[in-house]
Amino acid sequence: MKMILTGNESAAWGARLSRPKVIAAYPITPQTSIIETIAAFIANGEMDARYIRVESEHSAMAACIAAQNTGVRTFTATSAHGLALMHELLIWASGARLPIVMSVVNRAMAPPWSVWTDQLDTMAERDSGWIQLYTQNNQEVLDSIIMSYKIAEKHNVLLPTMVIEDAFILSHTAEGVDVPDQKKVDDFLGEYDPAFKLDPDDPAGFGSLIMPEGPYMEFRYKMALAFEDARNEIKKVVEEYNETFERNYSPFIEEYRTEDADAIMVVLGTIGSTAKDVVDRMHEKGKKVGVARVRYFRPFPAEELRMLARKTDMLGVVDRSYSFGPGADLYAETRSVLYKHTDIPVKGYVMGLGGRDITPQILEKVFDDMLSVAKEGVVDKEVEWVGLHGDERWS
Amino acid sequence: MYEIRFHGRGGQGSVIASKILAKAFFMEGKYVSAFPYFGVERRGAPVTAFTRVDDKPIRAKYQIYEPDFVIVLDPSLLSAVNVLKGIKENGYVLINTVKSPEEMRSRLNFKNVATVDATTIAIKHRLGSQTAPIVNTAILGAFAKVSGLVKIETVMDAIREAAPAKQEENAMAAKDAYDAVRMGGD
Repeated sequence: MKMILTGNESAAWGARLSRPKVIAAYPITPQTSIIETIAAFIANGEMDARYIRVESEHSAMAACIAAQNTGVRTFTATSAHGLALMHELLIWASGARLPIVMSVVNRAMAPPWSVWTDQLDTMAERDSGWIQLYTQNNQEVLDSIIMSYKIAEKHNVLLPTMVIEDAFILSHTAEGVDVPDQKKVDDFLGEYDPAFKLDPDDPAGFGSLIMPEGPYMEFRYKMALAFEDARNEIKKVVEEYNETFERNYSPFIEEYRTEDADAIMVVLGTIGSTAKDVVDRMHEKGKKVGVARVRYFRPFPAEELRMLARKTDMLGVVDRSYSFGPGADLYAETRSVLYKHTDIPVKGYVMGLGGRDITPQILEKVFDDMLSVAKEGVVDKEVEWVGLHGDERWS
Repeated sequence: MYEIRFHGRGGQGSVIASKILAKAFFMEGKYVSAFPYFGVERRGAPVTAFTRVDDKPIRAKYQIYEPDFVIVLDPSLLSAVNVLKGIKENGYVLINTVKSPEEMRSRLNFKNVATVDATTIAIKHRLGSQTAPIVNTAILGAFAKVSGLVKIETVMDAIREAAPAKQEENAMAAKDAYDAVRMGGD
């Protein structure tokens, strides 16, 4: 059924169709309308789940962990400071190997206060042991939640997943969305089959103390292996979803006009959507550029980025966050996996922090800068801040 | 692609109007997106909302800077915000006011101006209160006439589906505004 839905309503629909049994959540802008919509679904009897109102995001994740441990699907949603407050429990959820699925609406971290989009909140959780998937439109938000349960629950994966959407640009923007049929989703997902659960008839201890000579390292190593396995499961599940629901998702990187491109922009989230329009405009002017939108930041698509680098003379990596040290997040990791695999220049661009609008005009200037780097063959500046007040080059 | 910008005040339903209009276009098979100015809306404060419509999927994920149409729900905004900002040369401005298009045209110094007294229409249909009528559905009817981009019947159907209350009254307000809108001379 086609409906007009905001990104947040799409997230709520994705959760509803996946039939989680417990939702524990605490409101925070710009996520709140996700859990409000779910609360309405439950109140109207359209969704059979227990809704737990908690006093903080820390408690929301704690409640999801406890509920999921009893052998049911759970769902929650948060943003920015809410995600940061969850930090301790995020690591608990992944370490406990609980396939919780959570919507995260990217929002800047204060101070100064900003409720607008920025990827610092999720980048700060990249080592929390969660699968992280960035989306570009409301359809992808809805579909990704369904796919994420299937991937996360595979017994060789068992990793919680964040389905990430840009604040306001998706969360509060209404678009036409194809809402899949419940029966088809039920058939696709199947009943939740927990690998282990709290069971009075089969008592077991979870999360107990492990001495230094105990298997703590092995637990972490198994998580590392699970991220490797997740790569295969992501490929399979995305393919199956595409076939079942007539979609066209690429598992790790969505490429647009990258064949024979002189320079390719590597991005996360909605920037990748706008960039496609800009790429078309550049081609009309005879400028051969392409865009590669990274969907999964965890597991990181190392092999796919290496293949991408072989297609072009230059990669420009755009980040909507900054890392004090290596420069920018997607940039630093991209460069790291390309080390010794390619000689092409890689340049980082930091832009759109705190929700500053990323327009086609500014992206066109970035593409032009990328083309000049491609032509020179050397990077003039490793990471460039784009569009700072008073900087005439980008305005 | 057509880009439409709404100017209203918090509580008048500008954001809802942008979504209902998107819904109407969607019902006619178009691709749409509708969104508020990414801000924190407050009652009475100026609010901006946007609708994009196209025959193909919309990939643009940024705000609207050069609208084809501007819809002003509250005439007092004309002295508070620059409603013409970025409007295309051949764009159209639709204003909720008792004044004539000619009068507004010379005040704004812009050629394509239409006016409709959506406030009186909303009060007649008892939408909102006498002092704070809700004009968002009426103005959409006027937009259907001015733009010629969407049928009034589709707008009325979209309103009936989307309005939380007084569905028929809201739909009829749109019809009345469709009939009453003045597009002026040439």
